[in-house]
Amino acid sequence: MWKTIVRRIFIMIPQLFLLSILVFLLAKAMPGDALTGLVDPSLDPAALEAQRERLGLNDPWHVQYWNWMIHALQGDFGQSFRFKMPVSELIGQRIFNTIWLSVATLILTYLIAIPLGITSGRYNDTWADRLITGYTYLGFAAPLFIFGLVMLWLFGFHFDWFPTGGSVKPGVEPGTAAYVFSKIYHLLLPALSMALITTVTTVQLLRSEIIDTKQRDFILTARAKGASESRVYNRHILRNSLLPIAAFFGYEITGLIGGTVFIESIFSYPGMGQLFLSSISLRDFSVVTALVLLYGLASILGALISDLILSIVDPRIRIK
Amino acid sequence: MEHLTTSFRIADRYYAAVDDVTLTVRKNEILAIVGESGSGKSALAFSIMGLHTRAKIEGHIYYKGQDLAHLPPSKLNKLRGKEMGMIFQDPLSALNPLMIIGSQIEEALLLHNDMLTAERRKAKVLELLDKVGIPRPEHTYQQYPHELSGGMRQRVVIAIAIANEPELLIADEPTTALDVTIQLQILELIRKLKSDIGAGIILITHDLGVVAEMADRVAVMYAGQIVEIADIYTLISNAQHPYTKSLLSSIPAASAEKSRLHVIQGIVPSLQKLPREGCRFRSRIPWIQEAAHEPVPAMHEVSPGHFVRCTCYRTFYFPKVDGKGADYGAS
Amino acid sequence: MALLDIKDLKVHFPIRGGLFGRAVGEVKAVDGVSLSIEQGSTYGLVGESGSGKTTTGRAIIGLNAITSGRVMFEGKDLNEGGKRSLLNARRDVQMIFQDPYSSLNPKKRVIDIVAEPLRNFERLSAQEEKRRVRELLEQVGLSAETIYKYPHEFSGGQRQRIGIARAIALKPKLIIADEPVSALDVSVQAQVLNFMQDIQKELNLTYLFISHDLGIIRHMCDHIGIMYKGRHVEQGTTSDIFHNPQHIYTKRLLAAIPDIDPTEREKQRQFRAAVKAEYDQAYRDYFDEEGLAYSLRPISSTHLVALPGKGG
Repeated sequence: MWKTIVRRIFIMIPQLFLLSILVFLLAKAMPGDALTGLVDPSLDPAALEAQRERLGLNDPWHVQYWNWMIHALQGDFGQSFRFKMPVSELIGQRIFNTIWLSVATLILTYLIAIPLGITSGRYNDTWADRLITGYTYLGFAAPLFIFGLVMLWLFGFHFDWFPTGGSVKPGVEPGTAAYVFSKIYHLLLPALSMALITTVTTVQLLRSEIIDTKQRDFILTARAKGASESRVYNRHILRNSLLPIAAFFGYEITGLIGGTVFIESIFSYPGMGQLFLSSISLRDFSVVTALVLLYGLASILGALISDLILSIVDPRIRIK
Repeated sequence: MEHLTTSFRIADRYYAAVDDVTLTVRKNEILAIVGESGSGKSALAFSIMGLHTRAKIEGHIYYKGQDLAHLPPSKLNKLRGKEMGMIFQDPLSALNPLMIIGSQIEEALLLHNDMLTAERRKAKVLELLDKVGIPRPEHTYQQYPHELSGGMRQRVVIAIAIANEPELLIADEPTTALDVTIQLQILELIRKLKSDIGAGIILITHDLGVVAEMADRVAVMYAGQIVEIADIYTLISNAQHPYTKSLLSSIPAASAEKSRLHVIQGIVPSLQKLPREGCRFRSRIPWIQEAAHEPVPAMHEVSPGHFVRCTCYRTFYFPKVDGKGADYGAS
Repeated sequence: MALLDIKDLKVHFPIRGGLFGRAVGEVKAVDGVSLSIEQGSTYGLVGESGSGKTTTGRAIIGLNAITSGRVMFEGKDLNEGGKRSLLNARRDVQMIFQDPYSSLNPKKRVIDIVAEPLRNFERLSAQEEKRRVRELLEQVGLSAETIYKYPHEFSGGQRQRIGIARAIALKPKLIIADEPVSALDVSVQAQVLNFMQDIQKELNLTYLFISHDLGIIRHMCDHIGIMYKGRHVEQGTTSDIFHNPQHIYTKRLLAAIPDIDPTEREKQRQFRAAVKAEYDQAYRDYFDEEGLAYSLRPISSTHLVALPGKGG
């Protein structure tokens, strides 16, 4: 068991290394460098060159990479020229907003997916199943950013049920119950919009898993034991079908990254995704590289979590 | 005396996989149902256990006077696993891969006896594992199906089937997936169960060797119908129906070394193409005169307890081997 | 000279484990198998699952890498001559697979399936190719009109005959048949077995017949080798093996064959009990500390048995 986990974590090392090189080279390939945004363009080119030399910007790329890595490992991603503050501090302010949004979305995703998937799989080819499958097709077809806009307009502006921006009501004291409620209130609409779209994959997955498990021989064994239909479903079909869903959890996280980028921008929700899009359009490159690195890290961690869950819950993979 | 008559007909939409079968299994008896794939023998077993979820079952399956074919699910569940047990063909897929062996057997106990305490249940499971010949019950209790060999898994499936000492045991090709030496052990186990619990056993197989070793009585099925029933001695030494005779003469083990095997012409018709009128075996013995068959083949009693379908058995003979075409049923 | 001569064939598979997936051990799937087959005869390789019989067959045709040992075909070492000799041998050695349902590509027509080896080795015009395929199909007892049909339009026995037509298309000398009838019903089994005997006579074919079914082996084979855990325990003519089995494992295997005569049940039961008692009692004498068989020693000109003691 421990061996599997340790081996799996070892595999991550080259992945991370590759990711950091890729991110670094991408940053290098972008026009301009760390100085371009910081200094006055009218400065004397010779002085600029001296400054470059002093900052190590003329070193060979692997030396620069090494220095960048050392700094990044210490949490130092340089300065954002737009906000004139360290990138790490900037991200630190927003990362929790994104994490809360993701957690809320995940909870809603499963709250929707599990009952729908079970109904659809258990009563396949009934009207309920057709209705649910129809919804999943709509979900696959609808682009998230358009759906998000529709939700914002409908529930934010038209009905005015939910706030249309920010992550908390201005002026509420942090730490109070009102602050927590306001946070949740601001989360709800963006999280729901995202969950309604991302959940369809899970609904479909669960549905086909259940239909597949229903036809397995051990279900016959359970019936032949005299188990009632509800017991057959709860003890045998559901447990076995939820396994791949659990394993998919890590990838779900990866999928959320793309979702939050759009949703946060649409709902003006101050998270990493919104920061990411605005930094790209304003060419605030030190922020972009740091975010890409973080997103990459989250994806790798997501895959790790999936593998770990699978190796914990599936006895066939588990190594004693 | 326990008495079970199954006389029923199931139809999956329009096609009957089992067509008007009447059979009796007595207590303390092994009844073998023999046939090739597509003969309907497994469909028959599944009907008795009520395992067909989408089939239309017509007719009656009497078990101790109750008609299983028309029993509400709650009542059927009280019988399944308690008075009737089933052993499946593929022991790997018949076990839940995510549950330890112990809880899979325990479930069978739990469902029919809620009076047992957890400790008593576990003790019973260990006892069952020991009974089916698993060497280290305590250890196996904690194992998952994939950690066991095929033979061991089949023993676990049998332990589940006999957990509540059923009076009727249905074994659907219990040894087909196993090696010969393991097959022998499993067959011996089933035979021992018959004498221990005195259950009636329905053994479904395509292997006439297994039948000859195990059965008290044999029913031969072809295309959804029973074509011959007899006790095992009569069936092997004095088979009457052309299909039974053909099957017996096509087993390599029984023939002398390097001789020619008998081959039945044509192929087993698929469910949709079954001839529904007249003798169903007619097209595979074309050299027999049309007049030899009955228009509506009935079961004829040739000696007490020995029944044969259709009158064609009276004039049946094997054709002379004439060139190779007929010999392996050229298309 | 024997057509196929295998000397001390070993096929070992590494077991990967530990943190870095290094090879931590190996499975000795085939561990020192020697056998030779005369032209025109049938050699039966028998064993239970895990005995290495299938791996042996696959190693001969090059589907499994050989760890050590020699495979001599018509006096030439298949390993030495490099790719070229292996390729030539592939023409002469063909294989029939167990499952007629999965061994034929469902998207190809019969003509493409049967002509595939022809296309690999011979340059024929489309016209010639069609003629050859027709001939082959007629040879296996299928109507020549079926060449444009797809595998799913055939029954199991017919599919296995298509597989055989493909195998004999290049007029091979040796056919390795790996459980060719175990997926088939008894009556269809009989068709295929009869047919295999016919084409053997017609084309002077040599078979290596791999099976777990001793009834079929007895029916088909001249010589038999019994395998257990990657090694031979006994080798001899069909009569040696069936009438004079020497190794306790062979005896046990033979005793396990279901007997078609129900009147012999009691006798069989006693006989089996006796065989089992002998097996349990003599197990330590017949197998080494690892539970493996010893080397074969001749007890007559045709009969070899893995008896205890130093190798023979």
